[in-house]
Amino acid sequence: MKVRVLVRLKPGVLDPQGRAVHHALEGLGFGGVKDVRIGRVIEMDVADDTSDEALDNMCRKLLANMVIEDYVVEKPGQGEPA
Amino acid sequence: MAFRAAVITFPGSNCDRDMAVAIEKVSGVPALRVWHGDAELPHRLDFIALPGGFSYGDYLRSGAMAARSPIMRAVVQAAESGVPVLGVCNGFQVLTEAGLLPGALMRNAGQNFICRTVPLTVESNQSLFTSAYEAGEVIRIPVAHHDGNFFADEATLDRIEGEGRVAFRYAEPCNGSRRDIAGILNASGNVLGMMPHPERAIEDALGGHDGCRLFESVVGSLVAA
Repeated sequence: MKVRVLVRLKPGVLDPQGRAVHHALEGLGFGGVKDVRIGRVIEMDVADDTSDEALDNMCRKLLANMVIEDYVVEKPGQGEPA
Repeated sequence: MAFRAAVITFPGSNCDRDMAVAIEKVSGVPALRVWHGDAELPHRLDFIALPGGFSYGDYLRSGAMAARSPIMRAVVQAAESGVPVLGVCNGFQVLTEAGLLPGALMRNAGQNFICRTVPLTVESNQSLFTSAYEAGEVIRIPVAHHDGNFFADEATLDRIEGEGRVAFRYAEPCNGSRRDIAGILNASGNVLGMMPHPERAIEDALGGHDGCRLFESVVGSLVAA
């Protein structure tokens, strides 16, 4: 089972990288960009019977730093996360 | 009894030798060197140091991989049993990732790698790492990091401030750290994480010796105990 984990900075945590990219987009002449935030996509191929709980644990114990980041686990057949 | 210190080396550590030199200079005893893949620490340690560098190439997040390496289970156990543990720079990142210290070290607010000597205020000398300093004293210690921007939520910041666990603060803004925090202690006071490098400030030929007293404090606390 192919699983995608999106790790993103929590709302309210300043993202200096996103801000720099935002400025660069504006420098290239792209108007109307209101905000840019940068995260990380982790693609995993896991056993089909891997439980949601196990996936959550992987995220909490290693893939995301819960002090500053949130995560979303995307499984096959599920739509894009909000 | 001879001072028994261990310096942990991860793949990508690059300040481990400097740390060992600083410990030997101050204590007079060579530090034991421990590899990340070791499952056990040498017995009866008085002090454990996690050095700076780029452990595991900063994969995933700075310090994230090192915090899950075999030796860290032993370091966490030792810390919980009261052994003094110092994490400098990448070592600080490893300590937060391992859950021994609160907060996280994010990318510097200005995006730049910062490599210069900065003024630090010693916030408290009521710790085994800072007893040889004066409270409120300003010292000069080098920083060299890309991810030194200390972050914690307001409630956590209020708690660690209230408990006197901010050991060092940047005397002028450095990297965007919340409340200019440069180094913090755990609740028991036996774990210190700091971004600045005291081991790089141990003799005037290196630009200053303000880092010596940190190691003197640790050695002194054990002689006194």
